[in-house]
Amino acid sequence: MEQMAIGKAINAGLRAAMERDPRVLLVGEDIGALGGVFRVTDGLQKDFGEDRVVDTPLAEAGIVGTAIGMALRGHRPVCEIQFNGFVYPAFNQITTQLAKLRARSRGRLSLPVVIRIPSGGGIGSVEHHSESPEVLFAHTAGLRVVAPSTPHDAYWMIQQSIASADPVLFLEPERRYWQKGDVDTDLGPGQVTPLHRARVVRPGTDATLVAYGPTAKLALDAAAVAAEDGTDLEVVDLRSLSPLDVDTVAESVRRTGRLVTVSEAPTFHGPMAEVAARIQESCFYSLEAPVKRVGGFHLPYPAARVEEHYLPTVDRVLDAVEQSLAA
Amino acid sequence: MTDTEVGPVRAGAAHDGRPDGMVQLLDQHGVRHTHPDHEVDLEPEELLGLYRDMVLMRRFDSEAEALQRKGELGLWAGSRGQEAAQVGAGRALRRQDHVFPSYRDHGALLTRGVDPLHILSIFRGTDHGGWDPVAAGVHPYTLVIAAQMLPAVGYGMGVQRDGAVGTGDPERDTAVIACFGDGATSQGEAAEALNWAAVFNAPVVFFCQNNQWAISEPVSRQSPVPLHRRAEGAGMPGVLVDGNDVLAVLAVVRSALERARNGGGPTFVEAFTFRMGAHTTSDDPTRYRLAAEVDAWREKDPLDRFRTYLTAEGVLDEDFEAQLAHESEALAERLRAGVPALPEPDPVSMFDHAYAEPHPQVQAERDEFLAAWEQHDRDVHAGGVL
Ligand SMILES: Cc1ncc(C[n+]2csc(CCOP(=O)(O)OP(=O)(O)O)c2C)c(N)n1
Repeated sequence: MEQMAIGKAINAGLRAAMERDPRVLLVGEDIGALGGVFRVTDGLQKDFGEDRVVDTPLAEAGIVGTAIGMALRGHRPVCEIQFNGFVYPAFNQITTQLAKLRARSRGRLSLPVVIRIPSGGGIGSVEHHSESPEVLFAHTAGLRVVAPSTPHDAYWMIQQSIASADPVLFLEPERRYWQKGDVDTDLGPGQVTPLHRARVVRPGTDATLVAYGPTAKLALDAAAVAAEDGTDLEVVDLRSLSPLDVDTVAESVRRTGRLVTVSEAPTFHGPMAEVAARIQESCFYSLEAPVKRVGGFHLPYPAARVEEHYLPTVDRVLDAVEQSLAA
Repeated sequence: MTDTEVGPVRAGAAHDGRPDGMVQLLDQHGVRHTHPDHEVDLEPEELLGLYRDMVLMRRFDSEAEALQRKGELGLWAGSRGQEAAQVGAGRALRRQDHVFPSYRDHGALLTRGVDPLHILSIFRGTDHGGWDPVAAGVHPYTLVIAAQMLPAVGYGMGVQRDGAVGTGDPERDTAVIACFGDGATSQGEAAEALNWAAVFNAPVVFFCQNNQWAISEPVSRQSPVPLHRRAEGAGMPGVLVDGNDVLAVLAVVRSALERARNGGGPTFVEAFTFRMGAHTTSDDPTRYRLAAEVDAWREKDPLDRFRTYLTAEGVLDEDFEAQLAHESEALAERLRAGVPALPEPDPVSMFDHAYAEPHPQVQAERDEFLAAWEQHDRDVHAGGVL
């Protein structure tokens, strides 16, 4: 067991994947000498060389588009998008090419490309550094979209993503890069939670909170506060948005009878709309109250001094829990 | 402008570290040169005006950096070293022209009369830029690299449709300037912008400040050929100008804008300069840049050479310097007092401007937000625990 921050755990996971498989290479802006603006690739160029840790021209369509081409030649590129709001220039390559080539070639083409994107806000930054664009990709068939929330998951999920034969969008919880936790680096095959599996990270009986990425910790914080008042909340970390492990959430909701979802992404047409709809389908007779969603508003991400009002907070989560319990 | 710039320019550096073919009117020692195609003939007051702009811009930058260090700004993207490029380009504009800036073009904005506090509000996080884009003739700052370039071309095409090109009326003919960095030239959208402007003969000047670095990546990682040669492929003149020479930048951009206003079409200007500080206050340039490179560029400082020249010409005297020092200090004081006093945004205001027409979902979210907020506020005032 090692103590690591999430950013460091991703770094260690990348290193392990690169050591294991010489076809793995990293591509992105400023990932070499600088080690990335969040230092996630720190030291890797020094150890693996400029052919495997490639500082690219400043062009996101180029990063993803050429990664597709390299993957077609059997390489396994891991792309870094510097900040969430800068994935849009690559949107065309991701949605029209990367996501669709396997289906279009009837499985003859394989696209083992990983796209790492810092996601979510809460770091007090300027425009386009705090967005949660995951639903755009979760809605695009042909992509897997995963979101670790702990150092342990970050370490293993990046390696699972790289090993996947499918393209994976790997969302890194930007404001949690420095959050430390235990990482068990010695697990064998079968001991690591599968990439697409959700996990109950806190058992409880009164209501279920479901979250992923940066809001997983928020949900745990809210559950801790609620516990002081005698409310026992279960917390499920989705870990993957596509595919979505509805079964794990449904099992939880059947026990607790109540569901509150928590995301930074806007609720309106957001990722949790799918969770709510599916739970309503599968757990209609177990639900004691309507599913409540807490998330960002249907607004462009606001200026930094307002973001605390935009992002879900412990208070907003507890308000929703209260409403659910009162219903 | 002549077409002499079109055509191959040899890569490489001349004996004084200056790339071949670079337009320069004032060398790094402050010595005035002439150029067959690009000249300016300025009155003493105009020269002093340029000098004043550059001094104030530098003071603005250093004060902003200090405010960031004191925690008053969340981030600062410094512009030290790029004073000649930005002031030269800014002062080449006419009132009716329109600027499409990147996020580092503070100097150009100051020459447009944009309130410096409006610029700093972005970096404090109270606003996304407080100026009125129409009144100021300055588009909001763009954080997404190269994303402003296509809108700039479209704006130019709008100008064409309004019949505000080539009328011969200097108060009416309008041009657009799109500002971007060396890194931005790598974006696909940058290529599209150049192509559209050339195909439609749009009145646009592409003003590329090649400050040698895109965060940690040297310009050689963006392009194997000098950037202004991109113009050739697109079908427009490309000019390389000493970006640390305010007179040369003014001359080159002025004639490019004039050409655009007259219906002559777009021009690509590469201002060869250097970002003296970090990319932003979150950056650590020592990880990727040698001190020797920074030192070499310090010798080419745009302010020093201009001061040397103006002093030698007898245009600049101690009185003016003293008055300017006073003015700089007043500006700094205004920023020191004004930044902490920038109004904190009313949280509800985030709902105000996403749509022009009523949007029921946003309205509902706003109501929900207000109810929860007032509820919590009341609880807090009642001393309750949430
Ligand atoms: C589309 C996009 N990708 C990445 C970034 C992150 N980023 C911000 S500034 C920058 C470097 C830009 O360099 P350059 O265009 O040369 O302009 P400079 O900052 O040097 O003025 C990068 C990579 C961004 N803002 N937009």
